[in-house]
Parts: sequence; C-alpha cells; structure tokens
Amino acid sequence: MLYNKGLLTQKAAAVMHELAVTESILEIALRHAREKNARRITGLYLVIGQWASIVDDSVQFYWDMISEGTIAQGASLHFRRVPVELACLDCGQNYQPSSEELVCPHCAGTRVQVRSGDELRLEAIDIE
Amino acid sequence: MPERIPVVEKILSANDRLALENQARFEVARVFAINIMASPGAGKTSLIEQTVRGLAGRLRVGMINGDIATSYDADRAQAAGATAVQINTGGACHLDAGMVRSALGQLNLADLDLVIVENVGNLVCPADFKLGTHQSLLVASIPEGDDKPYKYPGMYRGVDAVVINKIDLLPYVPFRMDFFKQGIEVLNPGVVQFELSCRTGEGLPAWLDWLERQVQTFKTA
Repeated sequence: MLYNKGLLTQKAAAVMHELAVTESILEIALRHAREKNARRITGLYLVIGQWASIVDDSVQFYWDMISEGTIAQGASLHFRRVPVELACLDCGQNYQPSSEELVCPHCAGTRVQVRSGDELRLEAIDIE
Repeated sequence: MPERIPVVEKILSANDRLALENQARFEVARVFAINIMASPGAGKTSLIEQTVRGLAGRLRVGMINGDIATSYDADRAQAAGATAVQINTGGACHLDAGMVRSALGQLNLADLDLVIVENVGNLVCPADFKLGTHQSLLVASIPEGDDKPYKYPGMYRGVDAVVINKIDLLPYVPFRMDFFKQGIEVLNPGVVQFELSCRTGEGLPAWLDWLERQVQTFKTA
C-alpha cells in the first residue's frame, strides 16, 4: 500500500471498518486488472446488501485516499444496494422487514430465511 | 474503450482465508477459541474476568484483547488469572484475522485449553470480520435497550450464543424481554442464550458450564 496508514489512523478519530473493506476492494481490483494486463481501472461495480453495514460515502472517502498512485486512481465506484428480503417459512410470503419489526407482517411467523441483503462483493471492473 | 470484466469476489475473502489459517492453528493445538463481541459498556471485560475466575482449575485460559488504545482490559483479565495478549488496533473499530494471527505468535497454545478473543466494543464493524475462532458470543445488556437485535441484525445473525448481562437491572430499566427475544429468534433461531449478572453472579454457572462443555466436546472430538 502506498499510503501511510499510521498517519491516516492518527488523523481519524476512529477508523471505520470501511477502510479495511476498501483496502480489500482495491487489492481484488488490482489483482484482476494485472491478470488482464490492464493499464487502467476506470470503474468498479460493488454489490452491497443493506445488512452488510457499509456506508457508501465512507468507502468513497477511503477509496479516493488509497487508490491514489495506483492504476485505479480516479476510477468511479458504482454501488448497487440490495434491500433485505426475508422469506417466511410459515406462510411462504416474502417481505422486507422494517427497522422496528422483523416478524412476518402476514402471519407473525418468526421462522424466516434471508433471501437477500447481506451481499458484500465486487462484481466487475472496467479496465483499459 | 474500457472493457468490463467480471470479478464476482467476496470483498473480505482475504480476511476469510487468514481466518481459516488461524482456525487451523487452533485445531492443531487442540485449543477452543471464542470471539466475544458487544457494544462498549455491555460487560465484555467483566464477563471475561468472571469466566477466567470461574474456570480456574478447570481450564487453562488465554486471552487476546482488542482495544483501540489501552491495555486496561487485558490487565484486568491477567489479574483474574488468564495469559493475556493485548492488540492495540490503532484506532480501528474491529479485530481482523491478521491481528489475531500476530497475537497468536505471542501465546503458547500448547499450554492452553481455551482462548477468549475480546473484540473491540462495537455492534457494527466486528460482524463482518471472521477471526478463525470456533464460536462467537454476543454480550447484550439490559440498559442498552430491547431494540438492539432490530438495529444491529448483522451482529445478532452471526453469533453462536448470546449472553444477556445486567439482569439485576431489570426492575429499574424498561426492557421488554419478549420483544428482545423475538428479534433474536427471527435473526438467529435457536441460538443459545444466557441471562446473567456479572455483578451479582446470578446465572453465571450455566454460562460457565456451557463454555466448559464446548471446550471438552471440542477436545474429545
């Protein structure tokens, strides 16, 4: 890594986990770009579920800082947010829980399966 | 012209790989490891103190403590009789598998039965980072309020056991236990739960017996 992590941590009151997440994004993108002998990375496509607890702005903030000086400098981050969807195992209906209620709104069932919402992956990159 | 190439990689896969390496080290040494997470002030360190004391003579306990800047918590665990290693995360809000790997270099696993990893006090960040422990525990506490499973689903979904601490405060604090437990039930059906008070000692024996059983089952497997 080219940036000074010590300096970064001294400046920020508390470094959020988005820093570690963003470092991983950069590492994965650079690795895939290298395999294709790319000169530049111009875009990254991220898929992030609502339950993954990732703040887009924080990722963007760290991205601008840590991508500097790499072939990914200036690349745009595209975020696709995936809402949480639960499937009720009692009545079979799908629903999106609210922040105050998790049980099934149709039958008050508590046996559920998470269909989506905890994604945290890099789907694709644009290279030149 | 830019070309779009598929990647489809889990963002934290590098951490997941390191976590597997840590777990392999625990397996080889036949040491059971548990990751303890909670919000600040829920009572992680108090529970660990009580656990180390309560298991004295039953299990040899080592501790890895993650703290943003101090070694105060590790000192408390050491005073209670554990072998403790302090990781200062330098401002980071969670432990990751790499930090635990460094700490493992300072622990003599051959002399231990159980390693307790005390994560940084936080209900958001530690949830995504596997450490390589066999199980993870969430310490909730009555004064935090009964809405926490609803606000921090990522944390409540990922754990193997939940300790509900400070039950001695139930008469003084509005806390709907049914509502709290219903949230847990949706997110993590059947998860093991312990209601206890580190201050009065109520409920501690059930937790200690369970933990000892986990270690023994692991060691004889």
